Amino acid sequence: MAGFDKVVSSYEEAMAGLEDNMTVIAGGFGLCGIPENLIAEIKRKGTKDLTVVSNNCGVDDFGLGVLLPDRQIKKIVASYVGENAEFERQMMSGELEVELTPQGTLAEKMRAGGAGIPAFFTATGYGTPVAEGKEEREFDGRKYIMEESIKGDFAIVKAWKADRYGNLVFRKTARNFNPMAATAGKITVVEVEEIVEPGELDPDQIHTPGIYVDRLIQGTFEKRIEQRTIRTADNS
Amino acid sequence: MALSREQIAMRVAQELQDGYYVNLGIGIPTLVANYVPQGMEVMLQSENGLLGMGQFPTEDELDADMINAGKQTVTATTGASIFDSAESFAMIRGGHVDLTVLGAFEVDVNGNIASYMIPGKLIKGMGGAMDLVAGADNIIVTMTHASKHGDSKLLPECTLPLTGKGCIKKVLTDLAFIEIKEGKFHLLERAPGVSVEEIVKLTSGEMVVPEHVPEMQF
Repeated sequence: MAGFDKVVSSYEEAMAGLEDNMTVIAGGFGLCGIPENLIAEIKRKGTKDLTVVSNNCGVDDFGLGVLLPDRQIKKIVASYVGENAEFERQMMSGELEVELTPQGTLAEKMRAGGAGIPAFFTATGYGTPVAEGKEEREFDGRKYIMEESIKGDFAIVKAWKADRYGNLVFRKTARNFNPMAATAGKITVVEVEEIVEPGELDPDQIHTPGIYVDRLIQGTFEKRIEQRTIRTADNS
Repeated sequence: MALSREQIAMRVAQELQDGYYVNLGIGIPTLVANYVPQGMEVMLQSENGLLGMGQFPTEDELDADMINAGKQTVTATTGASIFDSAESFAMIRGGHVDLTVLGAFEVDVNGNIASYMIPGKLIKGMGGAMDLVAGADNIIVTMTHASKHGDSKLLPECTLPLTGKGCIKKVLTDLAFIEIKEGKFHLLERAPGVSVEEIVKLTSGEMVVPEHVPEMQF
């Protein structure tokens, strides 16, 4: 690596420095736009007792779900979970701590974390179990709760294309939580389908500027579909 | 006769207006998309980051990078836009979505809604529901009026953990269309062939019943 070149040569190098008990922020929604090879590398490394911040926790044999059997996740912060049997077992037995967070609040916690904003007020969750133990304030006659932002020791991100400087372009709804996750890691690691030379991406079309990206690697992706729904061509 | 799922969706669709941006929850609300009146333009928001959700793809169009909030593969309509989750919830929380339709377990006379958690059962999470109910001014809740055992879901006070407090003003059940204001349910319409008495019997929260309650028109 030299200058602004963020490209690393192996997944081992991409996740170097990840240690037990760290916090990892992951992009993705369901199985869409997840950093699947970076997750697989965490499984291979065997890092334990991680706090994982992600909208969901994958399925039994794909995505973040693969970190469950060896108890690599101590705590998960997510909005919607339980798409897999091992997750359910660990949650019910108390082995896995689950902090349910509304989806918009979770996105904003990451965004704020990356933007140097320690906390914010939102009406989301006021008067619900989510508000327990949180400061309440009234603005213009409406009640809000204070939510603290989130930062990660690592952020793991999946983008479509990048140039070697780490400027990122996402594809379709695989964007989801990835741009916010990218801003919120002390070390942000991004895997992409294609790396191009600086200058090949239009500066006006960059979704995430390279300043947020520390390490970049090109991978191949399974892109598993969770709910395959199709129509027949004549049934429109 | 109680309304079918499709009829509930059809009645909700009558509340749509030309040029509306609409978020439809999972289940019955999703069906509303099938009954957008002819000649009306409505754009569907999917909270994972898509405004202008289209129909399911054909085999040829199938794309793993193109899903809706229910994780189903979808297409984008002409004029759609795609954005990140923070942007998506800025739209929702900021009150820019014209109509939100979602399901619930319980609603009470103060506009509280419980829809995401039954203690003792597996808790899967609230997803975007708490943001949606907190951010939207115009929300229609769709649900059955009572449980299979005949227990009312329209209550003096919700018994389950809340998804949102004081945020629901309209409920469409399989029996009735109800408005919530000033701490009471107000019966606006009844399903065809369903009597006011039947609705009153299955509503446990206080309900104001006008002298004439029209039947829903389809």
